[in-house]
Amino acid sequence: MVTAGLGTMDRPGAEQVEVREAALREAWSAWPGVASGRHVPPPIKADVRSLSFWYGKVQAVKNVSIPIADRRVTALIGPSGCGKTTLLRCFNRMHDLYRNTRYEGQIVLHPSGTDIIDRGVNPIEMRMRIGMVFQKPNPFPKSIFENVAFGLRMKGFRGRSEIADRVEAAIRAAALWDEVSDRLRKPAYDLSGGQQQRLCIARALATEPEMVLFDEPTSALDPVATARIEELVQSLKERVTVLIVTHNMQQAGRVSDFTAFMYLGEMVEFDRTEKVFQNPGKQLTEQYISGRFG
Amino acid sequence: MTSIERVIRFRRYQDIGFQVLGASLTVIALLVLGALVLDLAKTGLGRLSWSFLASFPSRKAEQAGIASAIVGSFYVMVVTAFTAIPLGVAAGVYLEEYSRRNWFTAVIEINIANLAGVPSIVYGLMALSLFVYTFGLGESILAGGLTLALLILPIVIVATREALRSIPQHIREAAYAMGATRWQVVRYHLLPYSTGGIATGVIIALSRAIGETAPLITIGALTFIAFLPPTPFSPRPEEDGGGLYGPFEWLDSGFTVLPIQMFNWVSRPGDAFLANAAAAGIVLIVATLGLNALAIVVRNRMRRRIRW
Repeated sequence: MVTAGLGTMDRPGAEQVEVREAALREAWSAWPGVASGRHVPPPIKADVRSLSFWYGKVQAVKNVSIPIADRRVTALIGPSGCGKTTLLRCFNRMHDLYRNTRYEGQIVLHPSGTDIIDRGVNPIEMRMRIGMVFQKPNPFPKSIFENVAFGLRMKGFRGRSEIADRVEAAIRAAALWDEVSDRLRKPAYDLSGGQQQRLCIARALATEPEMVLFDEPTSALDPVATARIEELVQSLKERVTVLIVTHNMQQAGRVSDFTAFMYLGEMVEFDRTEKVFQNPGKQLTEQYISGRFG
Repeated sequence: MTSIERVIRFRRYQDIGFQVLGASLTVIALLVLGALVLDLAKTGLGRLSWSFLASFPSRKAEQAGIASAIVGSFYVMVVTAFTAIPLGVAAGVYLEEYSRRNWFTAVIEINIANLAGVPSIVYGLMALSLFVYTFGLGESILAGGLTLALLILPIVIVATREALRSIPQHIREAAYAMGATRWQVVRYHLLPYSTGGIATGVIIALSRAIGETAPLITIGALTFIAFLPPTPFSPRPEEDGGGLYGPFEWLDSGFTVLPIQMFNWVSRPGDAFLANAAAAGIVLIVATLGLNALAIVVRNRMRRRIRW
């Protein structure tokens, strides 16, 4: 099992904490507007520094820098093809599955200080530490229980009762327990679309990741199911850092604390969500928010 | 009549015309097949009996049977299945999930596609020089099984790849996103989800192998055999050293198979032997249809169990 790399999550010594706090202050200092005045900045969970990404010769992400606040929801918005999903998938190195892709820059994950896209970092370690929920609900064609247990088994959990406890906790955290507790052994595909998506969230939460990535999680769901997922995403920030890509601006406004607006692979504006939506600093953002393009 | 009505009417005639054509061709094909089976049944059904199934071949047509051919076909299929399935599935998984797309894998792919079209007697020739002479396996069940395994390997590989390809990419991504290694994705997801497709392909391939004659004749399978391969752990005759047979001694035994037995009888003079051949043909057809039916059952059960 690839658990060795998780040792970097160990509690740091006092000296290291000091260094890291300095690093955090420095990270936020690049964003004076966001973290100034009465807004006490939350610690930074992941710091995207000058990130560029290429599919072959096509550059999909261009020199993007964004701080991802710890246990907050950060939304990535922008028109189709702006690179927001590509950026999201850098966080768990999904691009490594495909040929002809190239990263440049850094995504520093705090507090361990791991550079996610460093060649020396094992993508499997990053995927165990950072969970992901996809656009279309994609449960495995297994039972509800096995769907959630899979990540635990990957991570090396063996005890039957421990796995059962963690599966239950994850399904509860995904607000699905009352609907499925009596049919955990039934196929996941018997669930409705919204339930399947919550199951996928439970699957991502089961291994207690430091961060969860959401790639337009409600785009295949009806409004009622969407509302439940949004509620869930907001409740999740008590325990994990959330990065969510969304097409739906109202959704970004409702669920997120910080918003980054991307356009043609570049990060146009990053700020607190209410600032981006009520008083955007860039004209392009304002035009997109008000629906004049996209 | 407006021009639109005319166009619609014309296209309706076209539609009906094609339906009639398709239906009549299907009926013709089925009639020919039915006539063949009926003819076979008419000639052979009278000979089909327990004693026919349980007797060894004989110079006298009325006493001859297919016991050694049935057992031989079974043992050869066991060798073929145990060789072709692991090799073919592993090769399919490698080509589909592991290998990078470059000129080397392109050459391999083209070769596999071509191998499926090589006449079976050519496999026999190759097996004769490789298995029988070079490896010194002789005209044994092992050599015969390996030859047929080689023959169906391309089919198994292609079936495996098709089955894997039908698994949507988002299922792979979901598994990888949980931190699974490539092997874990294959072992816990792709193989279980593609079992139905792979099994179907394997069974179809085996049903082809069971009817193959030419390559086995080429490697020197016998046409007249009045003994069975030694059953594992059965007592060995005293004059042969006594004790028990080992678990794998049957691999080394000479053998015949159903189609060869048929071929042997067809080439003899007299209607009596022809009736024997037809009876053996019925057994062979039942075996093949049985395998194909099994393939359909497996496929339908898997379809019901797995949806995306």
